[in-house]
Amino acid sequence: MSESEKPVSLKDTIRLCALVFAAVVCATGLMIYTSFLPHYGWTAKVSIILAIATVNAFLVAGYLMHLLSEKKLVYTVLGFTVFFVIGLAGLTICATNGFPPGTVSH
Amino acid sequence: MEIPYTTEHRPDTGLYNAKLGVWLFLASEVMLFGGLFSAYVLLRVGAEPGMWPHGWLNVTLGSINTLLLALSAITTLLAWAACKVRDFGKFKIFHACTMILAIAFLGIKSYEYRDKFLHYEIALNNGTFADGHLVEKSADFDLANKTGAVTLHGHIVEDRKELMDLRSPEAQKAEHKELVIPAADIKKMQNYGPWHNTFTAIYFTMSGLHALHILGGTLVIFYLWGPGSRMYKTDPERFTNRIEVSGLFWHFVDLVWIFLFPVMYLT
Repeated sequence: MSESEKPVSLKDTIRLCALVFAAVVCATGLMIYTSFLPHYGWTAKVSIILAIATVNAFLVAGYLMHLLSEKKLVYTVLGFTVFFVIGLAGLTICATNGFPPGTVSH
Repeated sequence: MEIPYTTEHRPDTGLYNAKLGVWLFLASEVMLFGGLFSAYVLLRVGAEPGMWPHGWLNVTLGSINTLLLALSAITTLLAWAACKVRDFGKFKIFHACTMILAIAFLGIKSYEYRDKFLHYEIALNNGTFADGHLVEKSADFDLANKTGAVTLHGHIVEDRKELMDLRSPEAQKAEHKELVIPAADIKKMQNYGPWHNTFTAIYFTMSGLHALHILGGTLVIFYLWGPGSRMYKTDPERFTNRIEVSGLFWHFVDLVWIFLFPVMYLT
């Protein structure tokens, strides 16, 4: 049974929402703090910030969209989506510097 | 004729039709925004060193918008939960909050856009650059005929690269004052609209598309809150499913912003 089919208690939902909101606020604050840290390189900062954003996204998708307890078909659809997004973005990025032999750059 | 599987689940999918439909739609949306994020990555890594803007966007406003959208995602879920427990009054309150938060988000976004359209970079004939917000243009200002003058609140830099990192110590120290620049001294004048450089182009494209999603979602929520809520009296289960489906879209819009904010404002 997916989360949206279970009996709902408004009180429990409000408690869950308060926890998720508090976590999102903390994560956003942490991202901003990280972006202003002076002694880290750009790559390290971006990696940390995107990792925090991913946690944020997991909270929203997992708890607010009930993705933690969805039907198999939804996971299949999302699995294909992730595969194609990563595949297409990855191929494009890999091909950026893949010039044919003999290409002259100006 | 009755539409099948609006409330009961299809045996083969295990879902009601609208829910499967919205997940397929969201999959196509992931592809759309995925393509734009890929474009951003390519532009960002392809930029010459020191020529990618940093600190051009207002972090405070972006953070407020993040919180507004997170809060609206929560009121959307609560509106659905209120429908589930058949508390129509609370549903109305929660969804009204969602709309107010969405309008506040769009208001702040509009303010940010306005700020960019009033922000000018002016290349001067002596090789320096004036940068700042437009205060006024004289009545006879005409760049083509070189008449009149323009007043900016900003500063002058020797090298255009100095305008790229607004978080650098030098940029923080820069003294901003009113600059009156005669049209005769101007080589090129351009505001920070989408045409300014690749950063503003991708920023306006991605945040504009996202704002359009917010607008579209708000209209749907308004319909379900107002005239569409009549269905609650005749078929509450189907109405609750509509709220769930619109809520899934709204959460997706929040998810996009969760990545858009750090990518555009913080990195």
